[in-house]
Order: sequence, then C-alpha cells, then structure tokens
Amino acid sequence: MDKLVVDFRNRFPALSQQVYGKPLVYFDNAATSQRPDCVIELQERMTAYTCANVHRAVHRLALDATELYQQGREAAAAFIGAPSAGQVIFTSGTTAAINLVASCFTRRFLRKGDRILITEAEHHSNLVPWQFACELYGTELLVAPVTEDGSLDMDAFRKLLERDVKLVAVAHVTNVLGVVNPLHEIIAAAHQAGARVLVDGAQGIVHSRVDVGSLDCDFYAFSGHKIFAPTGIGILYGKRELLEEMPPYMGGGDMVDRVTFEKTTYGPLPLKFEAGTQNIAAAACLAPALKLAAEVQDSATLQDNLETTDRLLADQLSTIEGLHCPSLANPRRKGIFSFCIDGVHPTDAAEIMDKMGVAVRTGFMCAEPLIRKYSEHGMMRASLMPYNTPDEVDIFMEALRRAVKMLR
Amino acid sequence: MTIQEISEQIVEEFSMFDEWLDKYEYLIETGKQMPAIAEEAKTPDNLIEGCQSRVWLDCRQEDGLLHFTADSDAVITKGIISLLIRVFDGQKPADIVAADLSFLDRIGLKDNLSPTRANGLVAMITKIKAYALAFLQKEENEQ
Repeated sequence: MDKLVVDFRNRFPALSQQVYGKPLVYFDNAATSQRPDCVIELQERMTAYTCANVHRAVHRLALDATELYQQGREAAAAFIGAPSAGQVIFTSGTTAAINLVASCFTRRFLRKGDRILITEAEHHSNLVPWQFACELYGTELLVAPVTEDGSLDMDAFRKLLERDVKLVAVAHVTNVLGVVNPLHEIIAAAHQAGARVLVDGAQGIVHSRVDVGSLDCDFYAFSGHKIFAPTGIGILYGKRELLEEMPPYMGGGDMVDRVTFEKTTYGPLPLKFEAGTQNIAAAACLAPALKLAAEVQDSATLQDNLETTDRLLADQLSTIEGLHCPSLANPRRKGIFSFCIDGVHPTDAAEIMDKMGVAVRTGFMCAEPLIRKYSEHGMMRASLMPYNTPDEVDIFMEALRRAVKMLR
Repeated sequence: MTIQEISEQIVEEFSMFDEWLDKYEYLIETGKQMPAIAEEAKTPDNLIEGCQSRVWLDCRQEDGLLHFTADSDAVITKGIISLLIRVFDGQKPADIVAADLSFLDRIGLKDNLSPTRANGLVAMITKIKAYALAFLQKEENEQ
C-alpha cells in the first residue's frame, strides 16, 4: 500500500482500534465519517480553553471563539465556491438546512396548488420536510422515478417539470444507491421551467468538488460530520436574493437588529437565520476538516486508492450467489453499495459481521419508499472513504461470506 | 422441568462457547430447528411491535398449560425467541408471570445485542407475559 495512504489513514485514531479483539473495518462512512487528528485537536482545544459565546462579549475568550467560528464559515464558503460567507448559514445539519428552506422558502414563495418535485431516491430528510410544507401551504408533492440501476429517469423528470413545479429538491449523490445525479442538466431544466432548485449534498459533498457558482443551484445543503467535521454542524448555502426575501426561521438572540415589544427587525445574513447559540466548536472545526477534504479531493494517490478499493469490492460482491446490488454496474455510482442477499436477513448478517470487526449499515437507510422496491427486509450498505483499503475489502468479504454461510 | 431448571440448562450450554460468533452459530441453529408456526396464526394480533425484524408469536392453552409457537423473517431473532419458547412452553400461566429472566443477562445475550434487537427481546418477553397474565385472569374469573 502507498505510504501516503498509510499516513493519511493514521491521521484517524478510530481506524486503528480493535473491536471484539479484531481490527475495525469501518464501512459505514455514508452514515458518518471518522475524524482526523486536526479536527480532534481543535475541538479539544476549544472545549478546554476557548469556551465562550460568539458575537457578544468583548473579552479575550469570546474574541478568540468568534474568530475561530468565523474561520469555519469562511472555510465552508470557500469549499463550495459561495460568493460570500454571508450566504453560508450554520444549521445543525443537512436535515435542519432542508427544513429551513421547506419552511421559509415555501412560506414566502409558494402558493396553494404550486408543486414541489423530488425524486424517488431521496433520503427522508429531503422528503418529510416537503410533506410538512404541503400540509401547511397546500402545495403538492411530485416524485420523479429512478430506473432499475438507480439513475434518475430524466424523461419522466422533464415531463413532471411541466406541471407547474416551483421547486425541485434533489440529492447530489443518493444515499442508498450512491448514484451521482446529473445536477447541471437537472438545474438547467428546472430553471428553464421556472423552478428553483435545492440540492441535498449530504453524500455529494464527500466525493466531488462542489462549485455552487457553476452549478447555479439555488440552495445547497450539507453536514459537517460526513466530511471529517464533528456532528451537530451543517451548512445551508443560498442565493442572496432568495435568502434576503425569506422570512427568518426561528426567533431568538443573535438574529435580530432592533427589538421592541411592538416590532422587531432582523439582522443581516447569515445571522437572520441563526437564532440562539450555535455549535461553536463544531463550526470552527469545519476549517481543518474542509482543508483536509480539499487535499483529499486533490490527491491523485488517495483518489486512486478509493477507486481501486471500490472496484475490488464491486468485483468481489458480484461473486456472491444471490446478491442483488441495483447500482453495482452503474457508471455514476460513487463509493456506496447497497444490496440484499437471497435467504439472508441483512440485520442478521450485519450482527455477525460486527462480531468480526466489520461495521456496515442495514435497514431502510432513511429511504423507505425506495428500499421497499428492492426488499421488504431492508438492505445492507457498505460505504467507502479514501482511507479504506483493498485489505479491508478482503476482511469485509470474509465476514460477509461467513455470515451468509451461517445464515442460509 | 421448571422455568428455573431450563434457564440453568441454557446458561450451561452457552458457557461452553467462548467466542460470540459460536454463540450466534448456536442461536441460528436453534432458530432454524424451531417448529414452524401455522400460517393462519400469523395474524396482526400475533405480530410483535418493536422488533426490527417481524416476529409472530402465538399462544394456546391446553390442560392449564401454555404452548407457544413463533416465527420471524430474521434467523437470529428466531433463535432468540426459540430460547424463550424453550423456557416457557408447557408452563403454568402463574409461573410464567412470576418468572425471573436473569438467565438472559447471564448468557450475555442482552449485553451483546444491538439496541434495536435488545428492544425486540424486551417486546417478546412483554408479549409472552401478557399472554400468561390474560390466561391467569381468565382462570381466576372462572373459579
């Protein structure tokens, strides 16, 4: 194995631990990524020495905390190519970011009878908030189907767009089948039809360089914890003219301009959408996390390693009799494998594999309508990061084969 | 045999295995050997809520003793419920209601189950005890 891969892997303390006396093989990266030394160090340092609230006091600790917090925001803006840090709103995660748009954008811009278009492969976080919006504002939800291998059916999508759609909400990369959606094509078609576009980037942010400027999306949401940062911090990017027009989400401290009992005016972007004390240390940790993520995305060695590992896993999975992985051969699939195996309940298999040190996800993966198409018992998902290695694929396959043998 | 005696027997059997994988192997084998539940007994009433996999549990009374049959779509779950059935099948309702189930801790089952499966285990025990309690109350009403 390349020394660069080994060095990179060694930056994640969690990856060198043992579970049940066996080396950990962590293949649940689509749920959350492990954290590197630089993020752990900053979070510990801030917890120990820079514990102060931001934007409020003039003392040293508060100034330091505010500075680090702002660096996190600027890092996030730079990472996705946002024109200004003011268009990067801190939320608790992708889910909160989508809920914010479903609440505030819908309230301001949509009318009864307007339509919101999602796809069949969305995570519940990009489905349920729109059901809420439809209930509250009388809008209607349309769902574009995916083909057998998990690709969005673009013909069906274009047809649905003609039906008075005002907003399209779509995943950058789908969380079950790992398929990269053709965002440029989707966004251009939506804009031509007069619809705005929100991109759920929870999975997409990890494996591809995002530039919200060239994408021309209206909103882009992602979570820190899928890309080396701690849990509890997420980003909502939005076009300035939309964010300016949208009403605030929550009322409280830090989001106001002037407050009287009669009337309150709101603060400038992004503060208007950030009522209350945020997850300050986690926000600050976006700076080292995204710096590392950019290095990883630019490293040919690490990307080659991911590709080699992915290809090996794809080849090996196809040797298991009765295994069905809908997107296995889809050229747009990236780092994620969801599959079911005839005669084997995925939860049974995962529990046995866990005892062999292998971590995977099973069940309905927050995408129940999609998974029910393939299996009534849910599926198993293995998801990779550039720190995973071909050696780990061997251990994973040994565990999977053993589980299948025991269970059949 | 009494509930207590069967429980002790199970603890002894599990103590033969050092590795958790071997304990799973054993659970899976007992699950596979469990007699099948009648298809018509797979009713919504017999379905246990709170399990990640689906579990049906049916209970009949014969000569004052309770008899259980069950099924699940997951084999490990079947193994777990077959242990419970081995303990409770053919026992008196009063004994089932009063039963001490600490043997599950002693074989390490509770500690090593995933939280969703542990919830499922609690749901199975609750269902078995609820059946026993219902029959017990019926007996008392008849007396």
